[in-house]
Amino acid sequence: MNSFPFLLLMIVVPAVGAAVVAALPRGRDLLAKQIALGVSLVVLLLAVLATVAFDTDGDRFQLTSSVSWIDDFGVSFALGVDGIALVMLLLVGVLVPVVIGASWDDEPVGNRSMTVFFAWILLLEAMMVGVFAATDVFLFYVFFEAMLVPMYFLIGSFGGPRRQYAAVKFFLYSLVGGLIMLAAVIGLYVVSANQGEGSFAFEVLNAIDIDPDVQKLLFLGFFVAFAIKAPLVPFHTWLPDAGAEAPVGGAVLLVGVLDKVGTFGFLRYCLPLFPDASRDFAPYVLVLAVAGVLYAALLAMGQSDMKRLVSYTSVAHFGFIALGIFAFTTEAGTGAVLYMVNHGIATGLLFLVVGMLIARGGSRRIADYGGVAAQAPVLAGVFLIAGLASLALPGTNSFVSEFLVLVGSFPTRPVFTILATVGIILAALYVLLMYQRTMHGPVRGLMDGQGLTTPGTGEPTAPAGSSGATSATATATATATATATATATETVTSARWMPDLSRREIAVAAPLVALIIALGVYPQPLIDLIEPAVAATVDDVGGDPGGTVPEIGTNGADTSGAETEAGN
Amino acid sequence: MTIAYYLVLAAILFTIGAVGVLVRRNAIVVFMCVELMLNAVNLTLITFARSTGTVDGQIIALFVMVVAAAEVVIGLAIIMSIYRTRRSASVDDANLLKY
Amino acid sequence: MDTVPADGLLSASWLLIALPLAGAAVLLLGGRRTDRWGHLLGTGTVVAAFVLALACTLQLDERQVAVDLFTFIDSGSLDVRAGLLFDPLSAVFVLLITGVGALIHVYSIGYMAHDPRRRRFFAYLNLFVAAMLLLVLGDNYVALYVGWEGVGLASYLLIAFWHERPAAATAAKKAFIMNRVGDVGLALAIFVMFAQLGTVTYEGVFGSVGLLAGGTVTAIGLLLLLGACGKSGQFPLQAWLPDAMEGPTPVSALIHAATMVTAGVYLIARSAPIYDLTETARTVVLAVGAVTLLIGAIAGCAYDDIKKVLAYSTVSQIGYMFLAVGLGPVGYAAAIAHLLAHGFFKAGLFLGAGSVMHAMDDQVDMRRFGGLARKLPVTFVTFGLGYLALIGFPFLSGYWTKDAIIEAALDHGGAWGWVLGGVAVLGAGLTAFYMTRLMLMTFFGRARWAPSAPGRPTPHPHESPSVMTSPMVVLAIGSVAAGFLLVQAFPLDEWLTPVFGEPEEAEHVVAPALVGIVVTAVMALGVLAAWLFVGRREVPAVAPERVSVVTRAARKALYADTINESLFMRPGQWLTRALVWVDNRGVDGAVNGMAAALGGSSSRLGRTQTGFVRTYALGMLGGAVLVAGALLAVTAG
Repeated sequence: MNSFPFLLLMIVVPAVGAAVVAALPRGRDLLAKQIALGVSLVVLLLAVLATVAFDTDGDRFQLTSSVSWIDDFGVSFALGVDGIALVMLLLVGVLVPVVIGASWDDEPVGNRSMTVFFAWILLLEAMMVGVFAATDVFLFYVFFEAMLVPMYFLIGSFGGPRRQYAAVKFFLYSLVGGLIMLAAVIGLYVVSANQGEGSFAFEVLNAIDIDPDVQKLLFLGFFVAFAIKAPLVPFHTWLPDAGAEAPVGGAVLLVGVLDKVGTFGFLRYCLPLFPDASRDFAPYVLVLAVAGVLYAALLAMGQSDMKRLVSYTSVAHFGFIALGIFAFTTEAGTGAVLYMVNHGIATGLLFLVVGMLIARGGSRRIADYGGVAAQAPVLAGVFLIAGLASLALPGTNSFVSEFLVLVGSFPTRPVFTILATVGIILAALYVLLMYQRTMHGPVRGLMDGQGLTTPGTGEPTAPAGSSGATSATATATATATATATATATETVTSARWMPDLSRREIAVAAPLVALIIALGVYPQPLIDLIEPAVAATVDDVGGDPGGTVPEIGTNGADTSGAETEAGN
Repeated sequence: MTIAYYLVLAAILFTIGAVGVLVRRNAIVVFMCVELMLNAVNLTLITFARSTGTVDGQIIALFVMVVAAAEVVIGLAIIMSIYRTRRSASVDDANLLKY
Repeated sequence: MDTVPADGLLSASWLLIALPLAGAAVLLLGGRRTDRWGHLLGTGTVVAAFVLALACTLQLDERQVAVDLFTFIDSGSLDVRAGLLFDPLSAVFVLLITGVGALIHVYSIGYMAHDPRRRRFFAYLNLFVAAMLLLVLGDNYVALYVGWEGVGLASYLLIAFWHERPAAATAAKKAFIMNRVGDVGLALAIFVMFAQLGTVTYEGVFGSVGLLAGGTVTAIGLLLLLGACGKSGQFPLQAWLPDAMEGPTPVSALIHAATMVTAGVYLIARSAPIYDLTETARTVVLAVGAVTLLIGAIAGCAYDDIKKVLAYSTVSQIGYMFLAVGLGPVGYAAAIAHLLAHGFFKAGLFLGAGSVMHAMDDQVDMRRFGGLARKLPVTFVTFGLGYLALIGFPFLSGYWTKDAIIEAALDHGGAWGWVLGGVAVLGAGLTAFYMTRLMLMTFFGRARWAPSAPGRPTPHPHESPSVMTSPMVVLAIGSVAAGFLLVQAFPLDEWLTPVFGEPEEAEHVVAPALVGIVVTAVMALGVLAAWLFVGRREVPAVAPERVSVVTRAARKALYADTINESLFMRPGQWLTRALVWVDNRGVDGAVNGMAAALGGSSSRLGRTQTGFVRTYALGMLGGAVLVAGALLAVTAG
C-alpha cells in the first residue's frame, strides 16, 4: 500500500483537471464546475486514503517517492509527508471542494469566464499539495513560487473593485520574500556542498551541522519569506487588501491554506535546519507574534469592511501560531499545527458566510447590514458558529488548538503567553461587535429597503456606535424595551426580505460546521497524527520532546522545592 | 616586418570612423563610419594573425565581414524606410524611442 | 477521601449532560418541524436529568465517584481526559441545576407561549443546563473551563434572545466580554497549574499543590478569583449582571440568579485545597465579597426597575457567599447552604417578577405598579414568601443561612472579623430596605398603572396561568423550608464533609443567639425605614430629580459603568482608531511609499533616455575608453 503514489497523484490529478477545465469552450460552465468538483473530491479521497496508509508510529517521512530532476545540482522531485504535512493536505482536500461549491453560482467580473476560475482553483490545489508534500528544498521553493501564479489570477481577474492593486501587492510581497528565500536555498546548497556532496534533500540538510553565523543568515532568509507569507506584523498589510479584494473562494484558500505555508515553513525548515539560529532569534520572533495577536485584534475592531476584518483576525491568529511554534515545546507546537488546520476551517467558514451575506446585501460594509438574524436565522446561526470558532470558544475546534498553544508556551515563555492570553478578550470583542452590528438590532442600512442612510424605526445607530463594556443604558432603555420590540417587528414586516441560506449554501457550510464541532469535542486523532512530527522538530531544535513540565507530584518535596522556586 | 604601421593605420581609420559616428547627422554617413570602424578592427585582427602566424584572427575577420554584410542589409533597409516616411535621413530626427 | 471508579447508575452520570445536550441539538437542528412539541422535549430532558440526578445522589453514599469517558487532549506531558467527578459537592449543584432548571422550564412553557421563537428559547435553555452540568461535574479544570465558557455562550444567546432590541444585544455582548476578562484569569490559573504541577485534574492539583511555593499558590488563587468574579458578577466585574436582565425573565431566574452566577462560588469552594494554603488570596476573596455585598445592596436601594433591583440583590447575595468561602473551612458549607437557599428564593422572586411583568404588559418600572396584591394573589403570596426568606425573616431560609455566614465572619476574629461582620449585618439591613421598598411599590399602595407605550391600553392585571404559578409555589415552599432543612434537619456541612473535611468547631466571638437577635433587629430597622420612606407616602410616577449625592451615585450603581467606559472603552476605541490610522498610513504607507519612491526614481532615471542616437554613441565610446584605460592601467601599472 505504501508504494502507491498518493502524493504524486494528488498533484497530477488536479493539474490535469485544471488543464481539462481550461480547455473547455466558453459557456460550458456547468460541465466545468462538475469536473472541478469531481476532481477535488478525488483529491480529498486520496488525502483520506493517504492518512489511512500513514503509520503514526512509523518513520518521520512516509509515502515517499523520489525522482532525480536536475542531476548536476542534486535536485530531485522528492515527495513525502510527515504528520504536519499530512494534516495540511487533509485541510487542502476538505477546503477545495467546499470552495468550489461556494463559488458555484458566482458571476464572473467583466467578460471573464468562470471555467477559467475553476481551472485556476484546481491548479492552485496542485501547487498547494506540492508545497506541503515536497521534501526537497528546491522543489519546495519551486512550488512556493508557482503557487503565486494561480492566486494572482484569482485575485486579479475575479476580485473586487481594487483587485489589480491587491493582486500586484500580493504578488510583489510574496515575490520579494521568495527571492530572499531563493538566496538562502542556494546558500544551503553551498553549505552542503562544502561538507560533502551538495544536496537539496531535506533529510540530508537536516543532518549536517551549519556554522552558527551562517545559520543566522540562512534563517533570516527563510524567515522573512515565511513571515511575509504567514503574515506576521509588520509584513501583514498585503493580507487585508488581498483578502478583501479576492473572490470569496479565493480568500478562503488564501487565508485558509496559502498563508499556512508560512507557518508550515517555520516548523519544517527554520526550526530543524537552523536550530541554533532559531533559538537565538526566538525572542524577537515572539515579540512579533504577540504584537501581532494584540495589534491585529485591535485593528480588526476598527475595520468597517467585513472581509478586511476577517483578514485582520487571521493576522492575529497567525500570531498565536507563531507563538506556539517558537515556544519550542511539544504541546505548543502540536497546538500550533492543530491551529493551522482549525484556523483554515473556522476562518474559511467565516469568509464563506461573510461572502453569502455580501452576495445578498451587495456591500462589504458592516454599516450596511443590521438585524439579519431576524430575517435569516440559519445564516445568522452559521455566522455565529464561525465567529465563536474564531474566538476559540470551548466546544469548537479552535479552543483545543489555542489552549494547547497557550498552555504549552506558558512554561517556557510566561510573559509572552500572558500577553497573548489577553488577546482572547479582544477576539471576543471583534467577533461579537461584528455579529451584533450585522445580525442584531432592528433591520437597517441596505437591508431595510429604504437606502443607506435611513435607519429603521427606533434608535439603531446608537448601539452600533458603542462598543466594549458599554452600559446597556440603564433604566431608561429598559422601560422603553417593550416599545422597541413593537417597533422592531413592524420594521421587519416592512423591510426587504433577505432570503435565508439555500440548500447549496447549507451543503457548503455543513461539512465545516460539523468539523468545527467534531474537532472541538474529539481532537485526539489529529493530535496523534501531528505529535510525533512536532516532537521530532522540537527535538531538532533542542527542546524536550516529551514535554516541558516537571513531574512535581512524583518527585517528592526536596527535589521539587528548587523547581518551584525557579517557577517563581 | 614591423606591424606598427598597420596598427597605426587601423587606429587612424577607427578614430575617423568614431568621430564620424559622433559628429555627422546623416544616417548614411554614420553608417559608413560604422563600417569604417569595423574594417579598422579587421585590419588589426589580420595584422596580429600575420605576426603570430595563426589563422584565428583571419577567421574572426571573416565573421566580422559576414556580420557587417548582414548589418548593411538590415541597416540600409531601415534607413530607407525611415527616409521614405520622414523625408529625412538625419539620425537626430529619429528620436521617438525615448522615455 | 479517595475517589472510586463509578459503578451502577453512577457510571451513567454522563447522561446528565448528554440528555439536555441532545435536547438542544434536536431542537436546533430540527428546525420548524419541532416547533409544536419542542418545549415539551426541552422540559422533558431536564426533568429526566433531575430524576437521574436524584437517583445518582441516593446511590452516592458519601463517596467521590469518578467516571472516565475519553481522552480529550493528550499531547506531550499534557493529558486532559474527559472525566466526571460525582461527589457530594457536585451532587448538590447538580440537584440545584436540574431541579430549579426543570421548574423554570415548566414556567417558561407558559411565559414564552406567545413567542414565535419559543423552540429556540428551549434549545438555548437546554444548552445552558448541559454546559452548567459539565461545569460542576468535570473532574479537571479544563472540563470546568469548557463548561464555564459554555454557560457564557448560553447566557449570551439568552440575553440577546430578543435581539431586535439594541439594549438586549449590547447587554449580551457586554456580559460575554466581561466574562471573558474573568475567563482569562481562569485560563492563566490553569496554565500556572500545568507549568508547575504538570496536571490539571482536581485530584492531581490538590494532591501536590502543597509542594508549591507560597507565592505561586497565591497567584493561582488570585487568578481563579478573577475568573470567579467575572462569572459571578463580583467587584470589579459586576456591571454586566444588571444589564443581563434584558433577557427573558426565566433566563434571569435560572442563569442570572440561581445557577450560573453562583459558578464562581463553586469554583472557589471546589478549589478549597488551594485556598486553604494561601491566606492572602483568601483575604482578597473576603474583601471582594464584602465590597460587592455593599455595592449590590446600595445600588439595589435606588433602582426602579424590578428586575434590576433583584439583579443587584443577586450581586449582593453572592457577595455574602464569597465572603463565606473567603473565610476558609468554616465558611464553605455555609456558603453552599446560602447558595442553595438563594437559588430557591431568588429564582422564585424572579419568576414572581416575571408573572408581574406578564400581567403589566411587560413593564418593569415599579413606579407604574402598585396595588397588585389583590389582582395577583398567588404571585403575591409566593413572592412574599421569597421576600421574607431573602431578608432573613426568622426561621425562613435566609435567616438560617445568612446568620451562619455572619456568625462565621464575626468568628474570623480580630478587627478584620468585626469589619466583615459589621458589613454583613449592614448588608442585611440594606437588603431588608430595598426588598421592602420593592414589595411596597409593587404590591401595595395605590395602583399607578399606565400604558406601556403610547397607543397601548392601560394594562388589566390578571393572574398567570397555572403552568407558571405552580413552579412559583414549589419554589416558595423551597424558600421557606430550605434553610431549616439544610442547616438544622439535614446539615449540609456533614454531607459535604468528604469534600471539605470535618467542620471544626469555631470559638464564637459573639454568642450565636445574640447574633440572631441583632441581625433580626437590623432587618426590622431596614423594613421600618423602607416603610417610612416609601410605604407612608405616595410614590411619584417619575423618579425625583432633586436627590442627594448618595442616591444619585446609587442610581448609577456607584458609577461602575462610568468607570468602565472612561477607563477601558473610550481609551480602547481611541487606541483602535489610532492604530488603524498607523496601520494604513504608517505600516502600509511605508510599503506603498517604497513603491512610489521606486516608481518616481525610475521615471527620473528614464529622462536620460533622450532618443538621440549620437548621445548614446558618445556614451558607448566613453565606456569603451574607460574600459581600455582601466585595462592599460592594470597591465602597465
